[in-house]
Amino acid sequence: MQGQGGDDVVLAVAGLRKSYGDNEVLRGLDFAIRRGECFGLLGPNGAGKTTTLRCCLGLTDPNAGTITLVGEPVPKAAREARVRVGVVPQMDNLDPDFTVVENLRIYGRYFSIPAAILSERIPRLLDFAGLANKGNASIRTLSGGMKRRLTLGRALINDPELLILDEPTTGLDPQARHLIWDGLRQLLSQGKTILLTTHFMDEAERLCSRLAVIDHGRMIASDAPRALIAAHVEPEVVEVYGDEARQWADARGRTLADRMELAGETAFCYAKDAAPLLNDLSRQNGVRYLHRSANLEDLFIKLTGRELRD
Amino acid sequence: MISASLIRAPELSLRWIPVWRRNLLVWRKLAIAAVLGNIADPLLYMLALGYGIGSFVPEVGGMKYIAFIGTGMVCQSAMFTSSFEAMYSAFSRMHVQRTWEAIINAPLSLDDVMLAEWIWAATKSVISVMAILAVVLLLGFGHSWLAIWVLPLGFIVGLTFGAFGLVMNSLAPGYDFFTYFFTLVLTPMLLLSGVFFPVEQMPAALRGVAQVLPLSHAIDIARPLLSGRVPDGIPLHIAVLLGYAFAAYYVALVLTRRRLLK
Repeated sequence: MQGQGGDDVVLAVAGLRKSYGDNEVLRGLDFAIRRGECFGLLGPNGAGKTTTLRCCLGLTDPNAGTITLVGEPVPKAAREARVRVGVVPQMDNLDPDFTVVENLRIYGRYFSIPAAILSERIPRLLDFAGLANKGNASIRTLSGGMKRRLTLGRALINDPELLILDEPTTGLDPQARHLIWDGLRQLLSQGKTILLTTHFMDEAERLCSRLAVIDHGRMIASDAPRALIAAHVEPEVVEVYGDEARQWADARGRTLADRMELAGETAFCYAKDAAPLLNDLSRQNGVRYLHRSANLEDLFIKLTGRELRD
Repeated sequence: MISASLIRAPELSLRWIPVWRRNLLVWRKLAIAAVLGNIADPLLYMLALGYGIGSFVPEVGGMKYIAFIGTGMVCQSAMFTSSFEAMYSAFSRMHVQRTWEAIINAPLSLDDVMLAEWIWAATKSVISVMAILAVVLLLGFGHSWLAIWVLPLGFIVGLTFGAFGLVMNSLAPGYDFFTYFFTLVLTPMLLLSGVFFPVEQMPAALRGVAQVLPLSHAIDIARPLLSGRVPDGIPLHIAVLLGYAFAAYYVALVLTRRRLLK
């Protein structure tokens, strides 16, 4: 990871700490985002993702640590930094009293963008958001996916150097998610820098060039998605389920797999070579199984555990 | 736990203007309904009480009763309009629609948003005072250029009660919370400040209470203005109104920072 303040570092965070009363939400977080990359913050609910973003935007004062956002010290010059940053919040906060175009124009005024520049940018943003024929529609008539796309378009009104997205596709159907992902890939190909939080592993795997897994306010791993998986998880996975799965797991799975985890009625067998497992399973009755390669979800579960969070 | 960043002095800049313009744009979409709403309530009071009670008490404090109550309505309307705006409408924007959250992700601070909401609440007071003043003039009272001065007075009353409303807003878990303010503050204020009858009619203890109520100071200015006289003691009345306004605004700002910037 690069040091702070380098030319190509868009956001640098060092030693970030934040407590609410006795509850230590961030316990010394460090990361840096380079120009042009898509950096993902992954973590279970309550891991500190949203608090981290709030600190980076200067909306929450950290107890300790330094933040440099687009070259400005935060929170000291947070407002100046936000001139060059776009934000897609976790929950939609479009202005329901306005039309689609009015939402963009009025948001642009908060950045003191001259009317002429807004008039030129807005049609392009409508195209980008796939809302070119919805300019005069009321926000209340838009679907969830359209609202998200408009929120993404609104975050680009100031042509930001860094785009920050807090769980951009939570609550969307698969079609709508793919449209958002296409939009984000398009932005990356134009050289934009993106920081996103998510707990969807497929989202992180598709979009992020680098990611950090955080839990209990600490970073527990950070690298490119494939490198992280290679470093922490056995390459092959066999999921075994069915009436006899548990019995088989205790009798055979435990010895044949390099590592095995039980979750409900399913046994997850991790191995460098899955051939012995598959060989044995093919001779069993009463079990079904799925053979696949390791993915980010396996990594995430390994690093953050299987127990439920809220 | 109150930290230094919560109690720092209010940030003052012109960045409130685009937020104020946003509120104005929304208002313009529903302007006719809004103005009718502003007028209807006070107009009904004025006509019903003015002609109803006015037939028993032809003159109060040297004015026709309907003119007396008309000036009371100017002030009560400034009070109610800004209180409503800073409570129900601001709460919608802050909590329900998350409009403020969107704004402070742009290069504006919460202080800018609060200043805009405060000035907007006072602006709405001026709009409602304008509407009532038109009615009062149409009914044939207050024909003097001095009457125009109730517009800036409406702005100041709006700052006072807008700031009170913003304090309530910063503490509100939901809309129901604002009922306390109506029952415990606005209704007594309305009855004890000389809106419907002169303060001088009341027992000494209640007259003392009226002395510290901001609305009675507003009425002490508005009533002479609408009967064509220059009010006495303007600096004191304005100082009381603005004293309440600035103190309440600062409290509202600290509490709102605590609520949203944690």
